[in-house]
Amino acid sequence: MSKKSWFSNLKCRECGRLYEKEAIHICEFDFGPLEAAYDYDAIRKVLTRKLIESRPQTMWRYRELLPIDGEPTVGTQVGFTPLVKADRLAKALGIRELWIKNDSVNYPTLSFKDRVVSVALSRARELGFKVVACASTGNLANSVAANAANAGLKSYVLIPSNLEQGKVLGSLVYGTNVIGIRGPYDQVNRLCSEIAGKYGWGFVNVNLRPYYAEGSKTMGFEIAEQLGWQLPRHTVVCMASGSLLTKIHKSYKEFIDLGIVEKSNFTIHGAQASGCSPISTAFKHGTDIVKPVQNPDTIAKSLAIGTPADGYYAIRSMRETGGSSEDCTDEEIVEGIKLLAETTGIFAETAGGVTVACARKLIATGKIPKNESAVLCITGHGLKTQEALAGKVGEPRVIGPSLREFEALVADEVALKS
Amino acid sequence: MPTIRIPTPLRKLTNNQEEVVASGATLGAILEELNATYPGLGERILDEQGTIRRFVNIFVNDEDVRFLQEKETPVKEADVVSIVPAIAGG
Repeated sequence: MSKKSWFSNLKCRECGRLYEKEAIHICEFDFGPLEAAYDYDAIRKVLTRKLIESRPQTMWRYRELLPIDGEPTVGTQVGFTPLVKADRLAKALGIRELWIKNDSVNYPTLSFKDRVVSVALSRARELGFKVVACASTGNLANSVAANAANAGLKSYVLIPSNLEQGKVLGSLVYGTNVIGIRGPYDQVNRLCSEIAGKYGWGFVNVNLRPYYAEGSKTMGFEIAEQLGWQLPRHTVVCMASGSLLTKIHKSYKEFIDLGIVEKSNFTIHGAQASGCSPISTAFKHGTDIVKPVQNPDTIAKSLAIGTPADGYYAIRSMRETGGSSEDCTDEEIVEGIKLLAETTGIFAETAGGVTVACARKLIATGKIPKNESAVLCITGHGLKTQEALAGKVGEPRVIGPSLREFEALVADEVALKS
Repeated sequence: MPTIRIPTPLRKLTNNQEEVVASGATLGAILEELNATYPGLGERILDEQGTIRRFVNIFVNDEDVRFLQEKETPVKEADVVSIVPAIAGG
C-alpha cells in the first residue's frame, strides 16, 4: 500500500490535461507548460499553522505543498531565511514600512535557487536519475553543483561562458562538470532541451521543471509566516524567467485557499534590468505578448534571460493583483546594491540591486503608496557578482602602522576621547 | 507553393513528413488548407477561438507572426512557414 501523496498529478497550465508525475514538462496537446497539481481538499484537512510551527525551521515545514512523494532527501536544511525589518531603507525610499526577505544567506549556496534545487533533486532521486543537470545564469549552477555533491549525484551545469568569476568558481569547486557555452542564456537553454531528450538526464529546469518551480513557493510561505501569518500588502520580485514571481503569487493564493492566512488584498510587482526587460516592456505596453530580447546587455547577468518561459504568467500575476513592472539602468543597480548594504547591512548581488532600484521607482511613482508596507525579495549574495562593484565603492585609505599618520587621516572625522 | 515546416511532435498528423506544401495568400488561409489535408492539425495550432495557441510559435521566413499580422500575415509563393513549439527557459 503506497503512502498517501498530497501531490496528485502534473497538469497543463493552458488546457488542464492531466499527466503522470514523470520527468516531463510540456503538454503533448498544446505545448503548454506542465505544473504540479495537488489534492488541496486532503491538504486542507491536515495543514494548520500549529503543524507548520511544530516543524524544523526549513523550507520543508510546508511539506504538503511541495511535489515529492516521500520525504526530501536533498536540501533538507534549505530555507527559512531571515525576514528583516528595514527601517532605515524604508526612510531612504520614502515608504512607511519595508521588509527584506533575505535569501542572500540561503543555505547552502547563498541564493534562492537552493529552494528549487532541493525539490528537483529530491524528485530526481525518486524518479531514479543518476545524472542531474541545468541551464543556468549562475546561481542555479552553484546550487545544483553543491546539492548534487552532497547527494552523491553526478552533475553537469551549462552556463553562458561570460559569467562572473564568483559564480563560475562557485560551481567548479564542488567537482561538477561546468560547460561554458559561447552564447546568451537562451541558447544554453535550447541546447539543454536537446541534451535532455538525448541523454536521459534530470535537467532541473527543463524536464524536471514542474517540480523545480514549486520550490519557489516556500519563499512566499515563509514571508507570510514570518509576518505573523499575514500576507504583505506589496511584494517586489525580480524577474529572469518570471517563475519566482508567479510562484510567490501561487503561494499567497494557496495559503488563503487553505485558510492558513486570512484573505487580504495583496499586490505583486516585478523588477527587471533595462538591458534585458522583455517582461517589463510588454507590461508597460499593455500587452501580454513578450518580445524576446536577442542580445541581453546588463550587469545583472543573473536576470539576462531574453526569452522568459514564464513571462506571460508573470504579467498575468501582476495584472491580477494590481501590480506594476519596472526596470532600471546599470548605474541604478549599483546604487541599489550600495543603498541596501549601507542601510540594512545586507550585501546583495546585482539582481538585488535591481529589486531595490525598481522598488524606489515604484514608490516614487505611487505604484506602491507611501503609507503602505512592502517586502523586497533579495535573491542572491553580493560576493558572487563582485565585478559589478569594481571601482564603484571606493578604496581603502592606506597608511603605515603609525598613530600619527592615523590621527592625521581622521582628524576631520572623529573627536578624540576626552 | 509556400513550404510549411512541421515540428516533430506534430509529424504523426502529417504522415511523418517534416515539410509539406500548402497554398494560401495569408497564414490563416494556409492553416485552413493544412487542416483540410491533415485532419486534426488545426486544433493543435489554433484554439477554440481560432487564435494561435500561446505556446506555438509560427515564423514566416524567420519572422514571428505575432509581430507581423498574426493569421493575416501575407505569405508569398517562395516563403517558408515554420511551426515551432515554444521552448523558453530559466
